[in-house]
Amino acid sequence: MLSVNGIDTYYGLSHILFDVSIRVEKGEIVGLLGRNGAGKSTTMRSIMGLTPPKKGEIIFKGEVITGKKPYILFRKGIGYVPDDRRVFADLTVDDNLEIVYRREETWNKERVYSLFPALYEIKNRKAGFLSGGEQQMLTIARALMGSPELLLLDEPTEGLAPLIVKDLEEQILKLKEAGISILLSEQNIKSAMKLVSRAYVIDNGRIKFEGTRAELDENEEIKRRYLMV
Amino acid sequence: MKGNLLGRKGLLTGVIIILFLFILPFIFPRFYIYMTSIILLTGLLASSCNIALGFGGIYQFHHAVFYGAGAYAAALIITKSSLSPWIAFAAGPIVSAIIGLIMGIISIRLSKLYFGMLQVSLGSLVWVIVYRWYSFTGGDDGIHGIPLPEILSSANGAYYFTLFITGLSMFVLYRILKSPFGSVLQGIRDNPLRSGIIGVNVKRHQLMTLVIASFFAGVAGTLFVVVDNTVFPDMLFWTLSMEIVIMCLLGGWFTFFGPMLGAAALVALRTFVSSFTVYWALILGILFTLVIFFLPNGILGYIEQKFKKGTEVSVDRG
Repeated sequence: MLSVNGIDTYYGLSHILFDVSIRVEKGEIVGLLGRNGAGKSTTMRSIMGLTPPKKGEIIFKGEVITGKKPYILFRKGIGYVPDDRRVFADLTVDDNLEIVYRREETWNKERVYSLFPALYEIKNRKAGFLSGGEQQMLTIARALMGSPELLLLDEPTEGLAPLIVKDLEEQILKLKEAGISILLSEQNIKSAMKLVSRAYVIDNGRIKFEGTRAELDENEEIKRRYLMV
Repeated sequence: MKGNLLGRKGLLTGVIIILFLFILPFIFPRFYIYMTSIILLTGLLASSCNIALGFGGIYQFHHAVFYGAGAYAAALIITKSSLSPWIAFAAGPIVSAIIGLIMGIISIRLSKLYFGMLQVSLGSLVWVIVYRWYSFTGGDDGIHGIPLPEILSSANGAYYFTLFITGLSMFVLYRILKSPFGSVLQGIRDNPLRSGIIGVNVKRHQLMTLVIASFFAGVAGTLFVVVDNTVFPDMLFWTLSMEIVIMCLLGGWFTFFGPMLGAAALVALRTFVSSFTVYWALILGILFTLVIFFLPNGILGYIEQKFKKGTEVSVDRG
């Protein structure tokens, strides 16, 4: 579904990603694990076209999408939930969902609200007044309104209370059941291990490990060196 | 319309204001009817600017161009062709919208201040053309004594026409802002990048906003022709654009009726203070500075805040 082939990304003159390659197959959750500043968010941003890579190519559903604008990628079926978890603060919850470009009708407001019932109860509240967990749900809900086939989730559990993290994990698994492929970046390896089937470990902008969940679980060396376990 | 902003009290205020505007010609002398017409159309002008400036976050720094273009288009069609004046009135806003589209296509590539600067430059080009092309536009002299249809040639006729068209336009603008189109626009103001990642074509949406804003500026320009029977190049000059921005800020640029209030304040100030002193802009400057310092959300923004305070506190944050 998605294959990232040897991309190099820069912020201005600083070289951030070195030859990063990632593959996501249909219907699986793939983890992108690493410490703070390892290059997880930059990888996500590169895929979404926010910081286009200078080298390498990104292929989505058999089509080269490198360098395409973010809104076009969204319309092709890539949903992106950024790590800053920011909603449109001046708009109500309902309006936050309303303004999304509708690619198809697979997901609509009813379906999104049934996945996040908590949002339905506060749908007329301004998004700026929501708690962190509610805002995170809203950003995911917003991405879902475009009926994505691939969802890029950038550290969805960061800074949330353990109870809310548990809820969120269940909802992410439900998305997988609904047939959405997910690339999930996480520092929180415990949470990630419950969700992913395969994982990449990234450090200093380079992929250091690639394998199934079981392989990562056994590899103490990698976990100790790059994931601080 | 105000009801949605301030609740029941607001609705009552709105009804009273509309009633007052309706019976105004029966009570007040002709001078005030003229002034109120000017306030209404200037308010529409400022409101249309605020669609881009306040709700869209687009630095619409040279809005007067579209106002003047609409006025000139209407005036030129009436005086230079044999077409019906009503066609000219319809053509004014359309010409403005077309100029808005052309200027928008060029300048929307840039954002924020750079957009504003480019718009001022391009707008000044339009101004120079109008100012210098004596044989066609009348240059510095402008065009005077534009003949109007019978029904509009009396002060009252012009007043009611202005009142009706302004009311209608404000209603349409309000509906646009409350539609998904308006929500997307406010989303873009909030964060253009974030709007991009949910599939919004930011530049195209902003361009459409500019076209809508220019169209209604053209409506205001056409109304000026109806009320004043003249056009002159100052209508496109950038100082008027700055006044429009001041109107928006003064009244409250995050509120819908703020610019209308700002326009009323500015027009009244210019009319009354300038009869005492030629330095009326000095008074405006001082007033504006005070507003910026003490009411950063503008006059109406402040009033809204006051009214909402009671409800906002009780919002539980889950």
